[in-house]
Parts: sequence; structure tokens; C-alpha cells
Amino acid sequence: MTEAAPTPTTKGQEPIKASELDPKFKYELQKIHGSEKILKCFQCGTCTSDCPIARYSDSYRPRTLIHMAQLGLKDRVLKSDTLWLCAACFTCTDRCPQDVEVASVIRVFRNLAVENGCMPQVFKDQIAAVLDSGYAYKIPDLRIKKRESQGLPPLPKGNPESVKKTLKGVKLIDNVQKPAGETLNVQPQQQ
Amino acid sequence: MSNPSSNKYLIFLGCAIPYRVSSYEISSRKILAKLGVELVEMPEFNCCGLPLDPVSHETMLILAARNLALAEQQGLNILTLCPGCAGTLKKVNKILKEDKALKEKINTHLKEAGMEFKGTIETKHLLQLLKEDVGYDKIKASVTNPLTNLKVAEHNGCHILRPKEYIGFDDPEDPQTLKALIEATGATCLDYIDETECCGAPSVGVSDKVALQLAKDKLNHIKQVDAQALITICPFCHIMYDTNELRIEKMFNETYGIPILHYPQLLGLAMGIKPEELAFNELRVNPSKIINQVTQGAK
Repeated sequence: MTEAAPTPTTKGQEPIKASELDPKFKYELQKIHGSEKILKCFQCGTCTSDCPIARYSDSYRPRTLIHMAQLGLKDRVLKSDTLWLCAACFTCTDRCPQDVEVASVIRVFRNLAVENGCMPQVFKDQIAAVLDSGYAYKIPDLRIKKRESQGLPPLPKGNPESVKKTLKGVKLIDNVQKPAGETLNVQPQQQ
Repeated sequence: MSNPSSNKYLIFLGCAIPYRVSSYEISSRKILAKLGVELVEMPEFNCCGLPLDPVSHETMLILAARNLALAEQQGLNILTLCPGCAGTLKKVNKILKEDKALKEKINTHLKEAGMEFKGTIETKHLLQLLKEDVGYDKIKASVTNPLTNLKVAEHNGCHILRPKEYIGFDDPEDPQTLKALIEATGATCLDYIDETECCGAPSVGVSDKVALQLAKDKLNHIKQVDAQALITICPFCHIMYDTNELRIEKMFNETYGIPILHYPQLLGLAMGIKPEELAFNELRVNPSKIINQVTQGAK
């Protein structure tokens, strides 16, 4: 595959119109913890070429996402479901010659996508579990009971009330506790 | 390492281990007891925060800081078995200690529950504890049944190595700690292609195909060097390989038969702990071949 080959990030989409560019997006990103250094990216492609996910996915390309953000294609970046493929292995972060902290930039994109109403179901389930028990998964009673026969000490009980108090005022948590709104359920990709 | 003694830790179990990987906890507790590391249970801890970082960085910071504050109240350092938890707690501890404004902001949240982050404790993953606090010599001395004829491969996983800025006790491009710990048991640790590559677990559910292809390539590389087992130190990497190996064999028409062992299970065998005490029965890929080899060697 040549570098010029279209990726599904842009494939099948309308050509870019000047009117959809948000020139302020990159400055917005510069102020967010994790994506401060996005303008230092000079598109060398180390992130994509070392990305284990990009090796097997024909749509996830961290360099492309960063370039799109630099150009101001805010909506296309935040609505791209390839965002959710990043495994957060931090290889790109460690190898970026410009110290862009690529994995953190992708995390910022995801956080912004969530603020715009796109959140895969798995995260909704985990938030619900944390608020309910303190743990990110609903640990089955059988597992908890089995610990004794395995010679393990009892599982420490969480303190969900205390956890909820500390999360008071966090926008995401407040939104999740509301009745179901518009969310994006990311389906496993057929590639 | 800050106060107090370095052989007494609060054990932070995280979520994945009590949820699905008790074999790792069982075997870890066994070897740590033998090595004289005292574990104190950590009541009221919550998810480290990492799983929610993708959707809300602020939530992650608060959840992690709450755990750190709990440990500070007890005046004990944290030991985790999960690299994801270790990485998150280390990272947040460092960020909040360096960024006063952010620390204040997070502390206004903790204050709602009568808590405060001060930055007085540290977090170590099992691997770092074994290397720095217990030491290779003491581990070698604890080996009564050296696994001399065993040839295995290691899989560090990502979060024990990267980002280097926050983890920093090993070289992410050429990690040596787990290899040295494996060699301390008497077993041989084989090199293979792409050792430091991600297992793919975080992509399960988003794209199973991408995730399983990553794991398949790893297993192929491990098979190429004739490793008798793969040694992991992360609950997610373990789930990824142990739970999916049979699925990958079917899906890609491959045969591996490579058991996936937690490092503490391997060390436990070398310490002469009985296999039935090390939760081998919880593994999906049958490890009996190497257990027989090891226990027969001991006779």
C-alpha cells in the first residue's frame, strides 16, 4: 500500500470544504492537558509506523488523526470511530522525536468525542460499575465467595458513596447518571 | 522509596484480578509470603482510574488520587500486581506533585469525601518490588528446585514499560527485569521477534480481529523459538493469551499448545511450592506437560 492510498478515515467522505475547517481547534488542543504539544508534530510518521494497531487495521492512523486536527477537521476527528482502536500501548509516545505524547493526544480526542455525545457502551458499563461498587467490573458474588476456598482474604469492600462524593461536579459522571441520551455504540469492525 | 519499611505494602488488587484472574493473586501471595514481604489489605480502594481515562481524564485523576490518599492515611506504600494500576498511580502521583494548580483542583473533589492527596507515598508493581526491594540474590537463594531444563519466553506488556517518563525502572526498548527474574528460577528465557509489542487486549470489543491478529503474531513468534511457556506479569495480557489461545488456533488454523503462566507461578514452582497451591488449575491452556517435567526433575 502506498502512502497516498486513501484510508477509511477519509474514504467515502465528501471532499474537504474550507467551511468545515475550524482553525481554532489546534489552539484549543494546546490548552488541554495531554495535547499541549500537538503543533510540534511535523508528520514524520513514526507513530503510525510503530503502531501495533495500525499494522492490522486499515483505518487507524495516529499521524493522520493528528494532521486532521492540525488542519482543523474537528468534526471528522471527533466522529471517527477509529479513535477507539488505540490500545494505549504508549509506543508512539515513547518514540515520537518531537515529544508530542501521541497517545495522550488520542486520549484528548476521545475525551472531546465523549463530550460531543460519542461514547462506546463498554465505558458506560464501567462508569456504572465504579459508581455502584468502586470496581470497574461487576464482580460476581460467586467469585467473591470462592475466594475463601482459594485461601484468599475477603475482597475489600468498596465505598461507592465516598467515590461518588469525590466525582461530584464531573460533567461526564453527571451526564451518565441522567437517563440514556444519545450515545454511539462502537461495533466491532469487519475488516 | 519513602517511608516506612520497604517490606510492608498495601496491596492494591485493582479490578481485573478479583474479577477474572485469581490465579495471579493466589500465586503472588504465595511467593511474597516466602520472600518475607508483608501485605496489608487495602479497604475501600476503588478502580485505579485507567479504564475511564479514554472518556474522562478528570475522572481518572480523581479516582487515582483517591486511592493514593487512602494509602497516605495508612502511611504505607502501594504494591500492585497489575501494570495498568501501577502505571496510573505512579503517573498521577507524579503529575499532582509537580502541578500545584491541578493538585488543588483534584483536592477540592477529594475534600467532598473528607480526603486529601499530599504526595507522601509511592507505588510499585510486583516486578519492580522483586527487582529493587527483594533483589535477585534473595530470589535466587529462595530457589530450591531450579527449573534448569525449562525454556520459556517472556511478555512484559506495555504499561510496565511505557511511558518511560513515568514508569522508568526498565528500558522499554530492551527490558531486562523480567528476563533476569526468569533466569533466577534456573529456567532459560528465550529471545523472540517483537518481544515488547502490545498483546492487543485493549482493542478487544472494539475490533476483536485486530486484537486477535496481534496475539496470533506473538504466539507465532514464541512458537518459532520453541518456548515451552509464555510468562506474563499482567492480568490483561494473561487473559488475552490464555483465554484466546484456543480461539486463535481455530480461527487461524494454527497449533500452539503454549501454556501462559504468571511469573509468580513459575517462581513458585522453583521455590518448591506444590503446583496445586499455585492455582494452575485456573489456567485455560493446559500446563500439565511442563508441571510434570518440573516436578519430576525435583525427585
